[in-house]
Amino acid sequence: MRNFIFILTKEIRSYFYSPVAFVVITIFSVLIGYYFYNIFAAFSTISFQAQTDPMVASQYGVLNVTEFVIRPFFGVVSIVMLIMLPMLTMRSFAEEKKTGTIELLLTYPVKDLELVLGKFAGCMGIFAIMLSLSVPCLLLVAFFGDPEWGVIVTGYGGLFLMGGAFISLGLFMSSLTENQIIAAVLSFASLMVLYMVGSSSGFVGEKMGQFLEYVSILSHFETFARGVLDTSDITYYLLFAVFFLFLSMHSLESKRWRA
Amino acid sequence: MIEVKNLTKTYGGNARGITDISFNVNKGEILGFLGPNGAGKTTTMRILTCFMPATSGTVNVAGFDVFEDSLQVRSRIGYLPETVPLYTDMQVPVYLRFVAGLKGVPWKEIKNRVAEVMEQVALTHMAHKFIGELSKGYRQRVGLAQALINDPEVLILDEPTIGLDPKQIIEIRSLIKGLAGARTIILSSHILPEVSMLCQRVVIIDEGKVKAVDTPDNLTSQLTKSNRVVARIAGKQADVQDGLRKIRGVKRVDCLSPAESGAGTSKYTIEFEMDSQSSNLVARLAGERQWDLYELTPMKMSLEDIFIRIVTEEEIKQ
Ligand SMILES: Nc1ncnc2c1ncn2[C@@H]1O[C@H](COP(=O)(O)OP(=O)(O)OP(=O)(O)O)[C@@H](O)[C@H]1O
Ligand SMILES: [Mg+2]
Repeated sequence: MRNFIFILTKEIRSYFYSPVAFVVITIFSVLIGYYFYNIFAAFSTISFQAQTDPMVASQYGVLNVTEFVIRPFFGVVSIVMLIMLPMLTMRSFAEEKKTGTIELLLTYPVKDLELVLGKFAGCMGIFAIMLSLSVPCLLLVAFFGDPEWGVIVTGYGGLFLMGGAFISLGLFMSSLTENQIIAAVLSFASLMVLYMVGSSSGFVGEKMGQFLEYVSILSHFETFARGVLDTSDITYYLLFAVFFLFLSMHSLESKRWRA
Repeated sequence: MIEVKNLTKTYGGNARGITDISFNVNKGEILGFLGPNGAGKTTTMRILTCFMPATSGTVNVAGFDVFEDSLQVRSRIGYLPETVPLYTDMQVPVYLRFVAGLKGVPWKEIKNRVAEVMEQVALTHMAHKFIGELSKGYRQRVGLAQALINDPEVLILDEPTIGLDPKQIIEIRSLIKGLAGARTIILSSHILPEVSMLCQRVVIIDEGKVKAVDTPDNLTSQLTKSNRVVARIAGKQADVQDGLRKIRGVKRVDCLSPAESGAGTSKYTIEFEMDSQSSNLVARLAGERQWDLYELTPMKMSLEDIFIRIVTEEEIKQ
């Protein structure tokens, strides 16, 4: 526990000593903010038109801010996460290997589990800061409209769980190599594959289709975005994270195995 | 305190690391690890510090096996790696507090302990600096400070004085000497005088194998003596060989290059049982028999070859 805390603080500190955290957080916020501005502006224009023009009103039916703004917003946040989180996790082990600091770290009396969890929690901390910067957007929505708070809460819960899954995979990739670029590319590519497999579920047969649907990393987020807490989706993200943390631990431990 | 038995490490492919290394270090002793580049010093130390496993063989530190009880061993050692890898983006005290935390210094003592160690390695005036801004010598001190932070029983220092200026070398050496006594220290070096100054015993290692383990004094005297002599003498080969064989302490005499003509010179190797005065006795005999003595050289042993390689490096350095 103690070691975990020391590693966690060191990780967070080093993210802020290097420009990585600032760059990743800034770009994340800019992308999210830009998208939010677009969608919110579109929504207000349409609502304004609908008030004056019954044709427009009938075209869109009941205008719901949750449906029209919040749900797409969560969708975009998850895509931006998929792109940005590998850049947050790429350095965690790769950099220590490159600079050799891992040689000292692995000779300290720290369990591999504490090390992996400390690094994981460090990334989660930065990710939480990142995510919290998107909250003002939703406050703006709440100020002008009347969103469903349930959807917002489950949506953020889902994003956080999904971020945990992305980060654990990124950590594992970083533990495989001493090259940060390779770590980032590997994580990004695997996340993309996990994202895309869902779309091939339609033409590979029923059983396989269901399997691909289950494996697909974004499909599990849909229930959260609808304001529903589905245990199978929660379990998916938790298992995903545990699985890759376990692999990272073994990738570290394998250094200590006899050749 | 430290028992190394039949330690072998082969790197991937055919790269040879170390082969069948065995030695012991007693409690409170400073052991020198002497060898030329690529001898396997770093490899051995990395196994001792649980950074990587041996291919075969065992290491026992303070009663714990490095492979089975890695955590126990790791909490008892302080390690200064050869390259002194540090987090360059941290300030010195912040870094040392981090290490103190991981090495199990109690929460309340961390602050005091960091100040104490910084004092000990004369780093206090660098407290506000980031490690990346420090010179090599000061980084070395930070490296030493992190090794000492939990006051470990065993210190493993890989070339602690490399890359330092002469003044700092002297300071670091006296620091290490001051640490001895309570702690068991292994330090590697290719500098012979450094090792003989600091260490009670020396392990000489070359090409992955232990060539000798002894006190610096014994090694030095053993090296300056030699029990084989090469002599080039003019005279009838059979007579000379016969005469040489009769010298007290001679075990065998070989003729290396027989003379082409009867009056030419032949080269002999003479092996003595006792090493004292060997050249002397040959010269005296040549005088008595009125042989012309053209050459008389004590023959070098392989250990001495290694030493010369090490010592030569030292001379280039200084
Ligand atoms: N990671 C590695 N992969 C493959 N071979 C290695 C590796 N590390 C060391 N070796 C080989 O093992 C042998 C011993 O190397 P080692 O670094 O232990 O020598 P050393 O005594 O520390 O040398 P130096 O005085 O230069 O530091 C060398 O032949 C080296 O090429
Ligand atoms: Mg070395």
